[in-house]
Amino acid sequence: MRQEEILDLVLSSLNEALAGNGVSAELVIDEATPLIGRGSVLDSLGLVQLVVEVEQRLQDHRGLSVTVADDRAMSQRNSPFRTVSSLAAYVHMLVEEQCARV
Amino acid sequence: MSEREVVLITGARKGIGRHLAEHFVRKGALVEGCSRELPDWELENYTHHQADVRDEGQIKAMFASIRSRHGRLDVAINNAGVASMNHSLLMPMDTVDRILDINFRGTFLVCREAAKLMQARRYGRIINLGSVAAPMRIEGEAVYAASKSAILTFTQILAHELGSFGITCNVVAPTPIETDLIRSVPSDKLQRLTDNLAIKRAGVLEDVAHVVDFFAHPASDYITGQVIYLGGA
Repeated sequence: MRQEEILDLVLSSLNEALAGNGVSAELVIDEATPLIGRGSVLDSLGLVQLVVEVEQRLQDHRGLSVTVADDRAMSQRNSPFRTVSSLAAYVHMLVEEQCARV
Repeated sequence: MSEREVVLITGARKGIGRHLAEHFVRKGALVEGCSRELPDWELENYTHHQADVRDEGQIKAMFASIRSRHGRLDVAINNAGVASMNHSLLMPMDTVDRILDINFRGTFLVCREAAKLMQARRYGRIINLGSVAAPMRIEGEAVYAASKSAILTFTQILAHELGSFGITCNVVAPTPIETDLIRSVPSDKLQRLTDNLAIKRAGVLEDVAHVVDFFAHPASDYITGQVIYLGGA
């Protein structure tokens, strides 16, 4: 799966999570959109929903069973949940690892 | 998306699980069930998954199937469980692992996957099976009772974690009921247990279904993190 496809998947998942939290559809989101900390578009439960949505889309569309919030993600000095692009990069790495194992 | 209520029951092949499957089908629900072995019965509007609650891959595949066919899950009942009566000094570690894996770890896994599906619609009812073995301090049931205590604590904290998603989490804790789970328990021990209940009779399957109905009801949206002990244990 190419990184651009995963970026699209994360962005569409974020739209879903935002809609579920009643955030205006007019909010512009892109690669740089922060997911945690200052300026974040999600609260902590919204972030949980985003991760669930990403995992379910990978399962439904690609048949990939990926656990995004694994121990490695939680222990990194620079959290992969900082922005849309950092999350997409982390998911891409997990997908590549899983594909290499198959 | 299915218009009818979708109910998942683990350990649905026999005993309490089978009774609940038949009960919810009679009420008009679409029922999904799982167990390690296939059942020797069939039911309209019931789908069985041969899945072990200890196996993350099998459970995730079951939920993917429920999501793709129904697009929703209203009620998840974690009934799958095993018991092994033995004095703690004689309990093999393999048995300890098996009890904790099926009873607690399996419940955790199904709750996690059920909540992922439920949160999309901001609605869900998770009902876990406890046991009176924990509050009644039944000798020989130390590991089994501990696994059920773990389920209780987990359910109560999960209730807080999932409250804002519109998902309630509760425990029904039955007395011994005539199922395979207690077939090896001596009758005098069962009698002593019944004698210590507020209501001195053995439990029946309908007692469990009644409490499950209460927790599963849409109007029970302000009831979460609770445990109901049957028989007044």
